[in-house]
Amino acid sequence: MFDLIIIGAGPAGLSAAVSACEAGMEKVLLIERDKELGGILNQCIHNGFGLHLFKEELTGPEFAGRFIEQLKNSRVEVMSDTMVLDINENHDVHVINGNGYQCLHAKSVLLAMGCRERTRGAIATPGSRGAGVYTAGAAQRYLNMDGYCVGKRVVILGSGDIGLIMARRMTLEGAKVLACVEINSYSAGLQRNIKQCLEDFDIPLYLSHTITSIEGNDRIERVRVSAVDSKFNPIEGTEMVFECDTVLLSVGLIPENEISKKAGIVIDPKTRGPLVYENMETSIPGIFCAGNVVQVHDLADNVALEAKKAALAAYDYVTNSPTYVREIEVKNIPNVTYTVPQHIRLPLRNKLVEISFRVNRTFSKCRIEVIDDKDNVIAKFSRDYITPGELQKINILSDVISKVEERISVRVVEVNDD
Amino acid sequence: MTELICIGCPRGCHLMVDEENDYKVSGNHCKIGEDYGKNELINPTRVLTTTVKIKGGLHSQLPCKSDGAIPKSKLLEACRSLKEVCVSSPVKKGDIIVKNILDTGIDIISCKDM
Repeated sequence: MFDLIIIGAGPAGLSAAVSACEAGMEKVLLIERDKELGGILNQCIHNGFGLHLFKEELTGPEFAGRFIEQLKNSRVEVMSDTMVLDINENHDVHVINGNGYQCLHAKSVLLAMGCRERTRGAIATPGSRGAGVYTAGAAQRYLNMDGYCVGKRVVILGSGDIGLIMARRMTLEGAKVLACVEINSYSAGLQRNIKQCLEDFDIPLYLSHTITSIEGNDRIERVRVSAVDSKFNPIEGTEMVFECDTVLLSVGLIPENEISKKAGIVIDPKTRGPLVYENMETSIPGIFCAGNVVQVHDLADNVALEAKKAALAAYDYVTNSPTYVREIEVKNIPNVTYTVPQHIRLPLRNKLVEISFRVNRTFSKCRIEVIDDKDNVIAKFSRDYITPGELQKINILSDVISKVEERISVRVVEVNDD
Repeated sequence: MTELICIGCPRGCHLMVDEENDYKVSGNHCKIGEDYGKNELINPTRVLTTTVKIKGGLHSQLPCKSDGAIPKSKLLEACRSLKEVCVSSPVKKGDIIVKNILDTGIDIISCKDM
């Protein structure tokens, strides 16, 4: 019997394993489907990781390495090259690997399976089915781990961070990146990546544009790109043609929750991750989750921090069996697309409650407000600039939340300074 | 005045650099922005992250990086020259793969044990 089984050894799982062990959990098992630990960090060879957590700029493999080093000298058991087939509400974890099938049991389970990329099917781009269309992350793995560059003339659809990073990476490898095409009027990627991945190499970013057709039979030969109106419909007369052999898709990520759903864990349709309480516990007691399986983060550092919180909550669950007397709902109102957590249970076990959320448009000078049932503002936070591309976090005092009756709401209001 | 976006961290501060006033930087929230703003207009540099071939490793590529920033104008040439490099497993994180790349005084080091 394990105290905690962690599923997935990317940034969330690694951080959770280290934190659970530090907190004092005796029997912790970390399960990873790949041959080595680190998850997606292994193919993220660029730097920018670790600035919050380690106060220095690390590459993905180095960031993973920091945790892996700590695990080597710990009592955490590791099972790599192992697939989790199923979990259930009794915390049974069914796994299969080279040694065959086993059913493991734990007092608590932590889901850290991360997310996967949206594909061409998900965005329904018209055109023929020639070879040469890849998700940016797949192309990244081929290039950075297998040494295979997927194309010579590239158009990138979507401006998520992976797409931007791949624009630079393929340029450095000798490919010509012709354009990055984004349907929204803003980029989903970080500002710094627009600068250092596109502008550094004079790669044009076409905002409010999309690919209307991918053409070519055996291998793609060209794409057609048009400007779009506010309803994302192509505008006649704006078409550009790019002769290219490759299209990379960087059009969003989806939390990977097949085993969560099968276990009966309630999923939030907005985040597509498990609905969670303030301590990252799911709708099934003793099953916790953290990282991109819950909500897609911008930074691995924040994934690791969320995983620490979940691991400490799992430790609390196993050692103290906390009980709760009531629940309040966290609502989001216009301009806020979702919140994590979706519910908060009382009495609270920490001094602060962290709420993360995304907005649906860009705001310059603004105020984030938390309001109670009676429309009273119970907490407010000033911000200079927020965009949909950046996950927002606020911390509210538990004493303040404890006075609320049924629900709190998070909203963003513009501030006009005269 | 030149407007820049700081690449020092994910915050991405909007910087203004005044070339006529000893490259005075404003809009930054920390020292990194001040250094970056000034440097970016005088001698822009970047840390190079790439891979080299490896024999006998779990994968065919070993992630590596420049152990410090190199001139931006040398990124492509440095990357090209690293295509010719092949190392053999085992390699430790921090091992020097190429000393003094393109006479920049900066080494290329491994990012991983493999």
